Amino acid sequence: MKKLKAFWLSSDMRRKMKFQREADLQWAQQVAERPGCEGLFSCLQCGTCSGTCPLSIYMDFGPRKIISLVREGFREEALSSQTIWLCASCYSCAVHCPRQIHITDVMYSLKREAIQQKLYPKRFPIPVLAQEFYKMVRRYGRSSEFWLVLRMALRTNPFQLLTMSGTGWQLMRTGRLRLGQDKIENVKELQSQMAGREVR
Amino acid sequence: MAATYGYFPGCSLKGTGAAYEESLLTLFRLLDLSLQELKDWNCCGATSYMSIDENSAFGLSARNLGIAHEAGHRDLVTPCSACYLVLRKTQDYAAKYPQIAKSIEGSPAAAALDAVKIRHPMELLYNDVGMARIKSKMVRKWKGGPVACYYGCQLVRPFAEADRAHDPTRMDELLRAVGVPTVDWALKTKCCGGSLTGTIHEVGVRLNYILLKEAARKGAKAIVTICPLCQYNLDAYQAEIRKETGEAFDMPVLYFTQILGWALGGDAKSLGLGRAISGCGSIKEWFPKRTQEVEVHA
Amino acid sequence: MLKANGDIRIGVYVCHCGTNIAAVVDVKALAAYSATLPNVVVSREYKYLCSDPGQDMIKQDILDLKLNRVVVASCSPHLHEQTFRNALASGDLNPFFLQMVNIREQDSWVTTDKPAATQKAQDLVRAAARRVAFNESLERGRIPINPAVMVVGGGIAGIHAALTLANAGKKVYLVEREPTIGGHMAQFDKTFPTLDCAACILTPKMSSVKNHKNITLWTYSEVTRVDGYVGNYKVKVKRLPRYVQEDLCSGCLECLKSCVFKEAKVPDEFNMGLAKRKPIYIPFPQAVPLVPVIDPETCIQFKSGKCKKTCIEACGDRHAINLQMLETTEEVEVGNIILATGFKAFDAKRTPDYGYGLYPNVYTALEVERLVNASGPTGGEVVLRDGRTPQTVGIVHCVGSRDENTNRWCSRVCCMYSLKLAHLIKEHTGAEVFNFYIDMRTPGKGFEEFYQKLLNERVHFVRGRVAEVTDWAMDPSEENKLVIRVEDTLAGLVRRIPVDMVVLSTGLEPQADAEQVRRMFNITCASGGFFLERHPKLAPVSTFTDGVFLAGCCQGPKDIPDTVAQAGAAAAEALALIDAGFVLTEPNAAYVLEEVCSGCKTCVPMCPFSAVEFLLEEKKARVNPAMCKGCGTCVAACPSGSIHQHLFEDQQIFEEIEGILTNA
Repeated sequence: MKKLKAFWLSSDMRRKMKFQREADLQWAQQVAERPGCEGLFSCLQCGTCSGTCPLSIYMDFGPRKIISLVREGFREEALSSQTIWLCASCYSCAVHCPRQIHITDVMYSLKREAIQQKLYPKRFPIPVLAQEFYKMVRRYGRSSEFWLVLRMALRTNPFQLLTMSGTGWQLMRTGRLRLGQDKIENVKELQSQMAGREVR
Repeated sequence: MAATYGYFPGCSLKGTGAAYEESLLTLFRLLDLSLQELKDWNCCGATSYMSIDENSAFGLSARNLGIAHEAGHRDLVTPCSACYLVLRKTQDYAAKYPQIAKSIEGSPAAAALDAVKIRHPMELLYNDVGMARIKSKMVRKWKGGPVACYYGCQLVRPFAEADRAHDPTRMDELLRAVGVPTVDWALKTKCCGGSLTGTIHEVGVRLNYILLKEAARKGAKAIVTICPLCQYNLDAYQAEIRKETGEAFDMPVLYFTQILGWALGGDAKSLGLGRAISGCGSIKEWFPKRTQEVEVHA
Repeated sequence: MLKANGDIRIGVYVCHCGTNIAAVVDVKALAAYSATLPNVVVSREYKYLCSDPGQDMIKQDILDLKLNRVVVASCSPHLHEQTFRNALASGDLNPFFLQMVNIREQDSWVTTDKPAATQKAQDLVRAAARRVAFNESLERGRIPINPAVMVVGGGIAGIHAALTLANAGKKVYLVEREPTIGGHMAQFDKTFPTLDCAACILTPKMSSVKNHKNITLWTYSEVTRVDGYVGNYKVKVKRLPRYVQEDLCSGCLECLKSCVFKEAKVPDEFNMGLAKRKPIYIPFPQAVPLVPVIDPETCIQFKSGKCKKTCIEACGDRHAINLQMLETTEEVEVGNIILATGFKAFDAKRTPDYGYGLYPNVYTALEVERLVNASGPTGGEVVLRDGRTPQTVGIVHCVGSRDENTNRWCSRVCCMYSLKLAHLIKEHTGAEVFNFYIDMRTPGKGFEEFYQKLLNERVHFVRGRVAEVTDWAMDPSEENKLVIRVEDTLAGLVRRIPVDMVVLSTGLEPQADAEQVRRMFNITCASGGFFLERHPKLAPVSTFTDGVFLAGCCQGPKDIPDTVAQAGAAAAEALALIDAGFVLTEPNAAYVLEEVCSGCKTCVPMCPFSAVEFLLEEKKARVNPAMCKGCGTCVAACPSGSIHQHLFEDQQIFEEIEGILTNA
């Protein structure tokens, strides 16, 4: 009886049917029209991308399934996945794809949309890092590795700083840890250039 | 071959990648090449900006290209792979996609798109300087063990211009030209995880563990890189890996510019050799502070 | 200058085509309008003019009303121009006094606006009535067909085509580039799905070719030049020197045994480099003709002049070996040509991620065919290059196929041969076999059953395109193995599978010189590089050049049953021409008014069909009506207007234009 009980607890028995009314095909079409996402509909689902991706073994879906979800219009699943964030932009998938689909660009466009729609877990480090990076460069024109990591850790998991202190010390010892924040002169020029182009 | 090349260091080379900048400048000096750092350059945005907003990501590169162009540079040397990719991608995508070109329209960058060529020092040494010239300037013999050349991702993918995407060999050839034996291994371009070591730490470290383990299994005594983030990832976590797995790699992770610079007579300090975190013992042995210049060409 | 000759009497016929035309165009009004046009004697409308009663109606009118011109307003001439021309002919009127007007594809089928459609139809008929007055009586010439046929390529396609024709009593020249016929099929071990031994079913046919009195077999030969046109081709064939005379050699092979090379050292092409041969060799024991070849690149006598020539000694009184043999050229006249030049296997070095050429235990499918073959380099033992027998084997589908980075197409045969190799490897070694595929393409007769058989033999089928083959080992079970990293898409798992041997199912490509060959025979290649057929559905063995036919993989990847079927079809097409004895020339050929021609030669290079020749003595251009297709390029290009075209004279065209533009 004990084993059986554990079985019930550990299996996910939520109803997982997908109805066609939940599919947003217009969104799928719209994604395919973004720069770099042209080949979306010619995907064979061969699995080469997931096969070559170094991170696919950690992902909830993997690149192949993301492409499948996107082109069938399952927007929420795709945008709230952790797959898109674990993508390290190594471009292995894009280079190996027999349909020459720029999968990395699809991932980027989904990341952007997920940020805009706020569809990522609050304390998930990767989108937080991206946002801190964005703000920093916007403000100063340069990024500071130290301040980036600090800000990200404070927003997600401050205890991480303790575990990182060893590495921090090594970097300091070897003169590789810059504590200062560099700034460019023409920040205003950069900001006005950014303002003109931003989509946010 | 230009007398002076434009130089875009990127944020890492001023911080964790300090040794890369030091050794690059030293090496170029030894080869009578001059690098002129771009005035008031801004961060390239790396992978993060592209994840937030596409147009401003390209805009960052556009400004840098504009600065390079206005300074009259036809070549822009970009040692960091991420910066290299972002700049190249801006040129490529602005040419392919009208909506991106539109966002750069009117700025000095618009002219720079075709006018400035993005160069990586590895490819520059291979193409512009040439093996023969490097060999002729060699003054020291290599005292270390065989090395595994690690190219990483963004230098050779998706633009396979600096070298082939599969089994690249230019770094191997450059090092062998100065007598450094290199090993054949299948993971030359397997991702180091990039910024994952800072965000999802265990996953990032594991990717580097795989690289260190395979390099060692193939008999390499050091890994040589061309990207500051790869170098950092492979260098900084070896002690942690030892705690987790019991495997002590103690492997120096060097920049190819450090090794070439050393072969051409540069001293340990100006090559940033003291900045390593792992494999310090081997480094001290292979790059002694006091050396006797060995004339290779009698 | 053309004149409307004499008393023009035009009959106009408007077809309803059921409701196709009549629902949009007011056919009654059109017929009424047509009756008012100048020179129109009768104007009728009818439901289906192409039917027998419809045609009879036209014929009867011609006879009764003494019509000398006919305008038919109906569908596209592509469909029924010939039908109505025949109707005129049956009424004893020259068929080229017909003018068809398309009021269906170009009118009723492209609009729903009835008044506009009727107006357009009226304009078109008016124009046609003016034009047809200037039509001329034309005759079609006859081109006789030489009954001899040349078959280029001696694989199973060429062999079957040659035998079919020879058995029908026709003379065949079979030209083959290699020293033996047999092609790729001779290299295979067993064929799918029946697992018939390839050599056993092929060699009897090869023998028949050798012994057939109607077949002249030229091996080690290549076509170098083709001139002429359908029914009258002149072909030059270069015959490379074997240095052994075919008519004197008895096939005893003593010369091979006695060669100064006691050990063979040259990579053996037939065995895909897995074995070695001597400089004097035969490709395989059942070669046809069974006459050795000496390879001047590796023979000591040719390289240095200093050999004991033990081969000549061994040949003895037959004196078949002649080291002074020269290349010869044959020139023959044939009426038809069948191209059966086959395919080239994809070079697996182009997909470096699979490790071919880098890791010794990565093989291509053709190499494995030789390994499993009992007469192959290892006597049928499947052993690796280091002598070990593999315990785990991975077969990678779609190498060089379905891939934008290499070849886009599916090579059609690889799924089946991968299954076959899986079976043979398991049978020979008992190894654990994995097939990695994207789709299982097993459509032919017995193919699905074959797949089922393999499933029951417990071969692993993993649906996932292999991402990489690597020697990167993550733990001791992977040491000294090749690791295949793949996503098992059906199970949803990324897997690492260590194997001893990797077999790459390489695709089929056109031959490397397909582009040069196609130019020589005046045909075209499709976008993949394979030869282009005239129509993918209805004319798969013909080309756009009359008299040149295609058979086998040179037209596209296919398996042996389809190849043989196609070869038979090509032979049948040739036989149809031969037995008819002649072909008719096109009536709308161009012709040069030689008194006006200035000899500028502008037209000569313009002709896409090489139909314009320049007569050197007279210094005039002349169009060969047998080759002319009536495209009109030379007519338009001629600066002095000395080239005209039947059926499309200037006057005819101007009348038609004026007819459109003038409102009656």
